[in-house]
Amino acid sequence: MLTIDQATYDAIVAHAKRDHPDEACGIVAGPEGSDRPERFIEMINAAGSPTFYEFDSTDLFQLYKDMDERDEEPVVIYHSHTATEAYPSRTDIGLASEPNAHYVLVSTREHGNNDGPVEFRSYRIIDAVVTEEDVTITPTEESTP
Amino acid sequence: MAIEVRIPTILRTYTDGAKAVEANGATLTALIDDLEGSHPGLKGRLLENGDLRRFVNVYINDEDVRFIGGLEATLADGDQVVVLPAVAGGAR
Repeated sequence: MLTIDQATYDAIVAHAKRDHPDEACGIVAGPEGSDRPERFIEMINAAGSPTFYEFDSTDLFQLYKDMDERDEEPVVIYHSHTATEAYPSRTDIGLASEPNAHYVLVSTREHGNNDGPVEFRSYRIIDAVVTEEDVTITPTEESTP
Repeated sequence: MAIEVRIPTILRTYTDGAKAVEANGATLTALIDDLEGSHPGLKGRLLENGDLRRFVNVYINDEDVRFIGGLEATLADGDQVVVLPAVAGGAR
């Protein structure tokens, strides 16, 4: 099961809507081994495409270096599908390379850049086997000023 | 002469779980051959038909090797090599 707080959920959805009709992508990092998605990081889709996403190789290096220094790992790897359902494609499955991550897919096919509900689903993808999991959204804790 | 090679999670099955291993080689090709000797199977996950796989990134001291000579990129004692699988996919 993926447990994610409301603010992070909203940030992923907002990113997907903003980049529609291109696919949006990013990561939510968290402390290694914690399974807690805490640090939301929007990435640029270097492919700039409605049917493909790829992190820029230099951005990817910097991202992993930062996570390494903070003892973090990618807890959520998200991207959007803009014309199809929020289910991993053959490409998604073939390229999934983080066995510990929750792969989140958001579909913006219904409302595009506009307000309105989106499909938001989460999967484990390990050795090309896709397992869907429940998503629990928790209230965002107010940080003390 | 030793070069530290950082191994991504998905390839640690070839390194008994180690996050980093040491290897030798004056070029990336030589380094990968050396790695294959100590960690059989790794080479096939990095190369395909003699080239770096499209969705595997290798960096030498923070530089993507695709910009510094690819498999012919040169290495020296103390260099750090990082292997990262691309984060990619999509509806296509």
